[in-house]
Order: sequence, then structure tokens, then C-alpha cells
Amino acid sequence: MNRKLLTGNGAAAWGARLARIDYLPAFPITPQTEIIETIGNWIDNDALECRMVTMESEHSMLTAAGAAAVTGVRVFTATSSQGLLYATEMLYTVAGWRVPLVLVNVSRGISSPITLEPDHNDVLAMRDCGFLQLHCATCQEVLDNMLIAYRLAEHPLIRLPVLVNLDGFYLSFTREPVQIPSQAEVDRFLPPFSAGSIRFRGGESLSEGVAVLEGSAYSYFRYEAHLASLQGLAVYEELGLEFGELFGRQYTTLECYRSEDAEIVFVMIGSFATKGKEAVDRLREAGAKVGLVRPRLLRPFPVSALRTALAGKKGVAVIDQNLSLGKGGILLTELSSALYGIPGAPPILAGFVGGLGGRNISNEEFFEIHKVVQRGVATGVCPAPQLLYTDEELRALRKMQSVARAAKTNRGGGA
Amino acid sequence: MSETTYQRLKDLPAYHILGTGTPMCAGCGGLATLHEVYDILGEKCVIVNAAGCMTLLSVYPCTPFRGSWLYTAMACAPAGAQGVRDGLDILKKKGRLSQEEDLEVVVLTGDGSAYGMGLSATSGAMDRELDFLYLCYDNEGYGNTGQQFSAATPHAARTATSKGSLGYPGYKKDLFAIWAAHRPSYVATVVAAEPLDLARKIEAAGKLSGPRLILALSPCPTGWEYEPSATVEIGKLAVQTGIWPLKEYVDGKVTHTKIPHPRLPVREYLKAQGRFHHLFAPRENRGLIAEIQARVDRYWQEVL
Ligand SMILES: Cc1ncc(C[n+]2csc(CCOP(=O)(O)OP(=O)(O)O)c2C)c(N)n1
Ligand code: SF4
Repeated sequence: MNRKLLTGNGAAAWGARLARIDYLPAFPITPQTEIIETIGNWIDNDALECRMVTMESEHSMLTAAGAAAVTGVRVFTATSSQGLLYATEMLYTVAGWRVPLVLVNVSRGISSPITLEPDHNDVLAMRDCGFLQLHCATCQEVLDNMLIAYRLAEHPLIRLPVLVNLDGFYLSFTREPVQIPSQAEVDRFLPPFSAGSIRFRGGESLSEGVAVLEGSAYSYFRYEAHLASLQGLAVYEELGLEFGELFGRQYTTLECYRSEDAEIVFVMIGSFATKGKEAVDRLREAGAKVGLVRPRLLRPFPVSALRTALAGKKGVAVIDQNLSLGKGGILLTELSSALYGIPGAPPILAGFVGGLGGRNISNEEFFEIHKVVQRGVATGVCPAPQLLYTDEELRALRKMQSVARAAKTNRGGGA
Repeated sequence: MSETTYQRLKDLPAYHILGTGTPMCAGCGGLATLHEVYDILGEKCVIVNAAGCMTLLSVYPCTPFRGSWLYTAMACAPAGAQGVRDGLDILKKKGRLSQEEDLEVVVLTGDGSAYGMGLSATSGAMDRELDFLYLCYDNEGYGNTGQQFSAATPHAARTATSKGSLGYPGYKKDLFAIWAAHRPSYVATVVAAEPLDLARKIEAAGKLSGPRLILALSPCPTGWEYEPSATVEIGKLAVQTGIWPLKEYVDGKVTHTKIPHPRLPVREYLKAQGRFHHLFAPRENRGLIAEIQARVDRYWQEVL
């Protein structure tokens, strides 16, 4: 085992390399580029035997990825934000083909306004497409979960593609010490991919992705994929255990941080949860009984694990780094539906939206969130969902608005 | 085209390998094209299809294909072909697929995909010198969605979205030239009504590797408004009037494989189809017919 300082992107590239990927269709987008460039260099230097092809769009990239997976080779690709959205049609299609592949998304906000900074609206827009979704909080988790992702995707009970998410900038470009397992160790965990019955052969009438003409066949196949996705929870737990035995780092569908005896729990996904953990420590020092729960899987959603972890809690704060316009935080919706009507469900479930477009969430804000939830617990009234935004930020924005207005007037426009 | 197996009509395959009982319209020129092409190619191919009429050939649980088939989406069949080709090549390199088991990768789309939505994916595949055959059945409209006009619709044709007295105001995009500009291995126009010419071109394309386009004018009784029995006649008229030049591009050179002589007036072709009915009734639109004729005349003047 080898310890190295790696960025999240570097860790993703190492994950692909150790998985012995055969095929990499690619298209550039910030902040994903380093993954592709790293793997490209390995291919050039014969460190990795893999065919890489630069496609003309992400839509085509996903198509090529899925089509190659149908032939029975191990496929990897990566994208972000606008690229993920551009490929949406094919994410659904490829999941419908029931082929395994791993797609890394380096999450980044979606235009407009255009931004390079991260939030989770890109990846959460793909909730319903059939890809399993793993959300990573550290660079180590990125590498490890790529290996687990291939096992999940290729598992005979699942046979669905898997999306591994890491936050742009926060993880993609942050260096952390990462344990890089040896190839021999990884080979023991992840054997070569066998396509089984899916393959193209001359003279064999194999049709993939064919039309169905009525709802009952369509419902059947969609529901089959849904059931396969649900298998992901048990299989992930199993694989996480096996991974732990081999590599000493165990993974479960939920990460529970100081939540056992907590009265108030923060729920977050991805790397922003590490800020949450830091805040939990600070709040604990101040005497608050608080913890954090982080689902590693967003699809399938670890509903029963969450119910168990949150049973008996007095209040839950869901902190979303996304915004479903016209509704609010997406994770809050997921949590409410998971907890509704369950005996022992926390009476207070409060939603906070923060971290949009890479906006930081400060320690003070976690303290404030805690205070709001505490108040809810005391009064029994669920606080209304709110956006994390400071007066200082608003003042700075007002200044920008006045500059924009002035510029408009100087050009002779405006009233 | 000298060393061809197909000297005479009786050299053509005697029966079709594509199964019968498909849900295509009676007299579908696209299906006729596919039959002829598939017979020559044989079953050792993977057909990568985009949304269109031919998607309905494989409806669960049946397929008329004896070989493999993959449906992608409307914009990206060439990208699907890239994935399949690369996948097969990787398997060969790894010794998991023998050279004899290798398959020709064939893209099958209508004109809507080929001329429009899928053009970016097509251009990309040509850039990458992908080894694939692209069969476009050109029914000159978005056939499967009710024959709205596409970038392949000819000037003045009436379609579901050009129903006025002047028909479609635009001009048919020159896909042959767009392909040729990419300097691919092969480009040819065909029509099912000229099966010998078609067979020779598929044979020629089959001997080459790299990007190859077979662009097939595919009369569509439903969209073009004529009796299904007239598909062959209309295909022949398209060639005889010079509206559909039969040609091929190899090594930077374009050759016409069948020069109509004498060339029939375009009105013979137009008159046979309901989609041009407004050019003849209630009053004959001589100006518009003359314009169409002039464009065809100019084409042949320039190439001969
Ligand atoms: C992204 C997308 N947009 C629209 C459609 C709807 N659609 C299905 S078939 C079709 C027409 C395709 O026309 P063409 O490629 O000419 O093939 P034809 O229908 O004539 O066989 C359209 C627009 C689709 N399937 N996908
Ligand atoms: S609409 Fe035209 S192209 Fe489509 S199946 Fe019918 S005849 Fe063939």
C-alpha cells in the first residue's frame, strides 16, 4: 500500500486505473479535466492499457460508453454540470440498457448564471435516471468508492451504471493523503468484467434497447430496473464490509458522526458534510448534543438506515447544496418522504439551503442552524425552510447591483 | 466498379434475410432499401439505430434481424457505433473475440437524424475516422412523426409543416457534399429501385474501411402521398429525371454511376406524388416547376 497526496480528481483517476478500465470516452469540462488528462498520460506512458477516445459532446460520450459496455468491456467516463445535463437523455438510455459502467461527476452549479463553482443541482437532476449514485466526502472515499462502484454496477442482481460524485473545487482540487492499494490487492476485490449474456455476435439475433408498444411491458422493464437499484443498498453494505476486511476502510450506506446520543442531527451529502462535522465538534464543545448523518448513497436512497439513525431524535436539520426552484431543497424532500408517518420520527425537520454555487457555509451558520432547530424543538413548530445568506453578502450584492445599474445608465440605457 | 459479383440482376441474392411481417407501411422505400443492403452485407453486423420509422422493426419480443441491433437515440447513432466498434476492437485485442467473429458496425437512420440532429455526432465520427457504414434512408422528412419537413425536404414539397401553396420554402441540404468535405472513405447515393447499382455500391463499401455513407432516396407512400405499388416507379423516375443523381465518392473523386439519358422532365416525377399536387392544381405553377427543372439542369451541366 502506497500513500500519496492526491486531489479528488487524482483519486478518481487512480480508481479508474486500479479498476483496469478498458475504455474511456471523454469530453472536457472544468473541473473534471484533470481526471481525463491524468488517465490520458498513463495511457501515453503505457502505465495503463485502455482505449481513450475524445468525443464531440457528452451526449455522444455517454452513448459510446454505454454501447461499449454492451460489448462487454469495462468502461469509465467523467463529466460535470452542463456536460452531465447535456448527456441526460443518454443516462436514461444507458441505464435502460442495463449495462454496467462508472461515471464520475465532479459536481458544479448549472447555468444560468454560469459558474464554475460547485453545488449539487447537476447530480440531483439525475436522481431518477437509473444510475446508482454514490456521494463522496473525501479523496480517499473517491478512490475506494470507484472500486466499489464497479462491483455494484457489475453485480448480477444490479447491472446498472453507477455515478460517483465528488464536489468540484472542494474535492476535485484539494490534496489529501490517500492510500493507494496495490494492483494485486485490487484485483482480488475486483475481478475482470464478464459480460455474461450481453454480447454482439454474428448470426445471433440480439437486440438491445428495442421498442415496446404498450404500457405493461414498459412498466415491467422500468420496475425491474427500480427493483435492481434497490438491491444496491444491501449489496453496498456487503461490499463495504468486504472492502473493509481487505483494505481496512469500511463503508456503509450512512456515515453517522457523533449522532448516536445526539438530540439534534444535521443531514448532508458530499464534502460539505466535513464542514458539518467540524461544526458538530465545536457545538459539542459548547455542550450541545448534536451529530451528523451523511447518506453515501442517494440512489438507491438508504431509507431504512436513515429511519433507524434518526429515530427518537428531537430535531433534524437538512442542509441542501441545491435548490429545486419552486420547491426548495431536494434532500429535504427526500428526508421528509423517508420519515413521514414513521413511529419515532423526529418531530422537527428543518430545511436549509446553503452552498449554492460554491458559497461557503461557516461555523457560525451551523451554530445558527442549530439554534433555529432548538427553537423548533422547544416550541414544537417546524421552522420554515430558509436560505443561508448573511447581511454582509446582501450588502455586497446590492453594491454589484448599483454598479450594474450605473453601467446601464452610462450606456444611455435604462430609465 | 469493375470487379463486381453483381453483373446482372440475377446475380443479386435470391431471397431476403431480414424477416417479414414488419410494421412498416406498405410500399415503404426505406424498408426496401434496408432489405437490399442487409442481403449484401449479411448478418455479421451490428446495426446501430436512431429514432425513426425503422426503430419499429424491433419491437419486443420480436426482431426481424438475424444479427445484432442496438437502439440509441435520435442524435447519437454514430456515437453508439463508436462505442461498439471500440468495444469489439478491445475484445479482439484481448483475444476475447476472434477476427472471424468480428462484425461490421452499421448506423441506420432517417434523414432527420442524418441531415440534422445527428450531424454533429456524424461529423465527429468522421473526424475520428471511425470504421463504420452509415445507411441513411432518406424519405425527405421526419417520417415517423407525421412527415414534417426536415433539412432533407426538397424545395416546394408539401409536408405536415409546409402546407401552403408554395410548399416547403427551403432547399434540400447537400449531405453528400458535407460528407465528402470530411474526406471519408466512401460516399454513395442509391435507390432501391436500382438494385444492381445499389448492390455494387454496398459491395464496394464493404471492401473499404473507415467512414462510409450510403445515402438512399427512400420513397415514402405515406409522406409523399402516392399508391404503395408505385414505390419502384417513383424511385426510377427520381433517377431518370436527374433529381436523384446516382454517384459515388472515392479518393476525393465523384463519379456518376448512372447518367440519365435522355433526362426526363422533372414534372414526370413531381406529378406522380401528392406532395407536389399543388404545383399542378388548381392551376399549374409553371414558375416553380421551371425553377426546380433549372436547378436539376444546372447540376448536370456542372458535373458532366
Ligand atoms: C431527441 C428526440 N427528439 C424528437 C424525437 C421524436 N422523433 C422520433 S422519430 C422522429 C423522426 C425522425 O425522422 P427521420 O430521422 O427522418 O426518420 P424517419 O422518421 O423518417 O424514419 C422524431 C422527430 C426523438 N425520438 N428524440
Ligand atoms: S412513413 Fe414512410 S418511411 Fe416510414 S414506414 Fe411509412 S413508408 Fe416507410
